[in-house]
Amino acid sequence: MAVQIISILLSALLTENFVMVKFYGICPFLGVSKKIDTAVGMGMAVTFVMALSSAITWVANKFLLIPFGLEYLQTILFILIIAGLVQFVEMFVKKSMPSLYNALGIYLPLITTNCAVLSAALLNVQNYPDNFLFALLYGIFAALGFTLAIVLMAGIREAMDENAIPKAFRGFPIALLTAGLMSIAFMGFSGFSI
Amino acid sequence: MAENKKTVPSVFMNGILKENPTFVQLLGMCPTLAVTTSLQNGIGMGLSATAVLICSNLLISLLRKIIPDKVRIAAYIVIIAAFVTLVQMCLSAYLPDLSASLGLFIPLIVVNCIILARAESFASKNGPLLSAVDGLGMGLGFTGALCIISSIREILGAGTIMGIELYGTHVQPATIMIMAPGGFIVLGLLVGIINFITSKAKKGE
Repeated sequence: MAVQIISILLSALLTENFVMVKFYGICPFLGVSKKIDTAVGMGMAVTFVMALSSAITWVANKFLLIPFGLEYLQTILFILIIAGLVQFVEMFVKKSMPSLYNALGIYLPLITTNCAVLSAALLNVQNYPDNFLFALLYGIFAALGFTLAIVLMAGIREAMDENAIPKAFRGFPIALLTAGLMSIAFMGFSGFSI
Repeated sequence: MAENKKTVPSVFMNGILKENPTFVQLLGMCPTLAVTTSLQNGIGMGLSATAVLICSNLLISLLRKIIPDKVRIAAYIVIIAAFVTLVQMCLSAYLPDLSASLGLFIPLIVVNCIILARAESFASKNGPLLSAVDGLGMGLGFTGALCIISSIREILGAGTIMGIELYGTHVQPATIMIMAPGGFIVLGLLVGIINFITSKAKKGE
């Protein structure tokens, strides 16, 4: 049990990092990684939504879709749950934590179309159909892996602002090349399998 | 209604070249990077997304006066998700190999920003015919971009094209090109080169 949990944590965080290895959530990774502050905010918002959505979609799949044989509705139901959840989180944060809302404001609605959230939900019901705890942990740690990647990227991009980069490569192209090099570094973790 | 300038051929070409979703608008990066490990996957992904894009653009355009403004995004997502589910079922029934190698990225077409962006910026403002053509143009632009990226990666990384051996046994292909870093690097270089060419072309005018 403990070994399994550690292996889930390590693989979600490093060896199968959502951004660098599996290519989920590339859009916010490239779009919101210009400054460290906003990258941290985005990462935290995604972590919060992904933890909640992993839990709710797992329960919905187990007790709603499987008993009625409606597994083919997974995609539609999950995306609706995620969209509703993001809306709810937005309203809740706005009402109860206005300072956090101001910091995250614009990034919250974007989480609906972050494919990391939907793919965590879909992976969970594939890999851990009978274990709620594993599904929840996988969701949380995959999101933390996303946060790790986006914050690292933001740090590099802040430092790169000063560099003389050829005009055609400024912005997206150099960000993609940087991500390629980071991804090579993340490949180094792939030896750690338990 | 839309401006009179929008004709069927201009809308079609717009998606393929001028506003190419991958190289110019930089939308839909996740599938672009993830499935382009072989040309076959690239074509499969591109055509699946094109099918969803045409159908969703057509239906959203037909319903554009009925869908209330406040819930339009949710309505679009449900329409898109329904078509994605259809495509997913067709693929797993008729092309099980392709469906297995694309894996999770078929249901993830739902959150492909290209489709939602076209629904919001084109189909909700234009008639059904133009919207369907826009879907076809954007979809083929996406497919074309995927084909270019995946051919480069497959030739360099696996030494094959559509599964046919190219080099024989004495050249070792650079496996890293079909792994995660190769995707980032090939796309970064291509976007940089395209920026360079378009800025040169603008100066020449």
